[in-house]
Amino acid sequence: MARAVTNQRKAINTAAAWAVGLLIFFPILWTILTSFKTEAQAISDPPVLFAFDWTLQNYSDVLDRSNYGRFLMNSIIIAGGSTILGLIIAIPAAWSMAFVPSKKTKDILLWMLSTKMLPAVGVLYPIYLIFIKLGLLDSRTGLIIVLMLMNLPIIVWMLYTYFKEIPGEILEAGRMDGAGLKDKILFILTPMAIPGIASTMLLNFILAWNEAFWTLNLTAAKAAPLTAFIASYSSPEGLFYAKLSAASTMAIAPILILGWFSQKQLVSGLTFGAVK
Amino acid sequence: MGQIQLNQVTKSFGDVNVIPPLDLTIHEGEFTVFVGPSGCGKSTLLRLIAGLEDITSGQIDIDGQDATNLPPAKRGLAMVFQSYALYPHMSVRKNIAFPMKMAGMDEAEQTRRIDAAAKALNLTDYLDRRPGQLSGGQRQRVAIGRAIVREPSAFLFDEPLSNLDAALRVGMRLEISEMHKRLKTTMIYVTHDQVEAMTMADKIVVLQAGVIEQVGSPLELYREPRNKFVAGFIGSPKMNLIEGSEAAKHNAHTIGIRPEHLDVSTTEGQWQGTVGVAEHLGSDTFIHIHGIEGCDPLTVRAGGEVAVKHGDTVYLTPQMQHLHKFGADGLRIS
Repeated sequence: MARAVTNQRKAINTAAAWAVGLLIFFPILWTILTSFKTEAQAISDPPVLFAFDWTLQNYSDVLDRSNYGRFLMNSIIIAGGSTILGLIIAIPAAWSMAFVPSKKTKDILLWMLSTKMLPAVGVLYPIYLIFIKLGLLDSRTGLIIVLMLMNLPIIVWMLYTYFKEIPGEILEAGRMDGAGLKDKILFILTPMAIPGIASTMLLNFILAWNEAFWTLNLTAAKAAPLTAFIASYSSPEGLFYAKLSAASTMAIAPILILGWFSQKQLVSGLTFGAVK
Repeated sequence: MGQIQLNQVTKSFGDVNVIPPLDLTIHEGEFTVFVGPSGCGKSTLLRLIAGLEDITSGQIDIDGQDATNLPPAKRGLAMVFQSYALYPHMSVRKNIAFPMKMAGMDEAEQTRRIDAAAKALNLTDYLDRRPGQLSGGQRQRVAIGRAIVREPSAFLFDEPLSNLDAALRVGMRLEISEMHKRLKTTMIYVTHDQVEAMTMADKIVVLQAGVIEQVGSPLELYREPRNKFVAGFIGSPKMNLIEGSEAAKHNAHTIGIRPEHLDVSTTEGQWQGTVGVAEHLGSDTFIHIHGIEGCDPLTVRAGGEVAVKHGDTVYLTPQMQHLHKFGADGLRIS
């Protein structure tokens, strides 16, 4: 009897999880489907879900009109660059906060996180002016720096949580065993922290890839990543839904594939420290 | 090799002075146990010897050499931690090899020492496993193996058995004692468990608030505790400390009598009381007795077959030759 109740509850939970999952996934599914429709079918009323003439015309049109490769390359360089630069700064920072904390460490961490609560548009104007002054407008370097700064608090927090989980006694055992700072980092800490660093890297890459506000406002043609590529297909008249969908699909495909293959790593990274 | 001498060693954390000036000599080959309640500074003292904490003032000599400013790895000591502190990403073999690798020892010698340690500690079948795949007892053996291969002049153990269950603890206790007999290396062992201290030590150092209350062999401490604190701390069940008129009869502020030094009778005796709880252990019975002035409850250790129960009236007679007397300052009156 108890087992029947448990099974029933399980089935309900599974159904609910699927429903929520599908609800979240539906806009993406709809975008992908629309990308295979003609422009007329894309705006047909009532909308058609599957029963339409599948076409690759939008993809070929989009590839003809825009240099997808260049946008893709910019996205990879900007997201990758900001992630690597972020890690270079965040690893030592999180390191010292976790292993040699001061009285103000908690305050600094909270302050760093609080900067994420500021609406980005609030600092757009000064940053725009600084970018003009430094000649960083529409440059990949400029975007790498801005996106790195935007995500730095999250990277530091995630790494800090990971490093905190490494017991201090292990480092002391290392000291007793004759490991110097270099040996400790190389043989003990890095191998222990690799899963944490990897999932932080992954999450940051995804955040930087999807970032639209700064990439749209600080780039024009040269440094524009895939977010700008999508935006270039949205027109005020809204007549290019199919092409817009094709562009969107092409922009999200790489990150979707990356996310799919690394979902286990991502989930464990995001829930790290929550459950011991 | 393995003599450790502490001269006027102090340790402060900020304004808090955890170890006031302290002198202690640990002789070569001795099994010394630091024992005391939580927060008494015993682990801090061990960490000062290990070099994991810097001393505030004083000097630590190891084998006659000033080691005060030497880094931990250069002191020739090996430490076994309470949490085992194994490297989780390395196999047992690599864990044990790590200190030798850091010392740049050649591979053949490393393998020889690993195999010898694994054999001595029953780890041969587990050398390629990771710590996560081992039981608590096995992990502790790996930690000991990692210490043994360094062939240190002294072993430091920081509450190494506290994470193990009771049965395993007794087994490991014996193994460590046997290891000491075999290796004859100096060992310093920190514990809050006075049973571990009594059973393992050649010499016990009883600490309270960073101060050494008494140093001596287990039986010295048992027979002649220097003060009330040591009297109450060493021995299980604890010594009964009786104050008031009963103590005054013996010209003392407090008298102490161990539970095993009280004779119980249901008919006659010096003190009369009522049985509260009788704990039957089979070999012994611990009887907690109420109604005796100056010490409530009073604990008696009687034979396993003693038939007393809650509410019974019993009479107790202390064995006078085992009576301890303490003055108002808590010190023993000889």
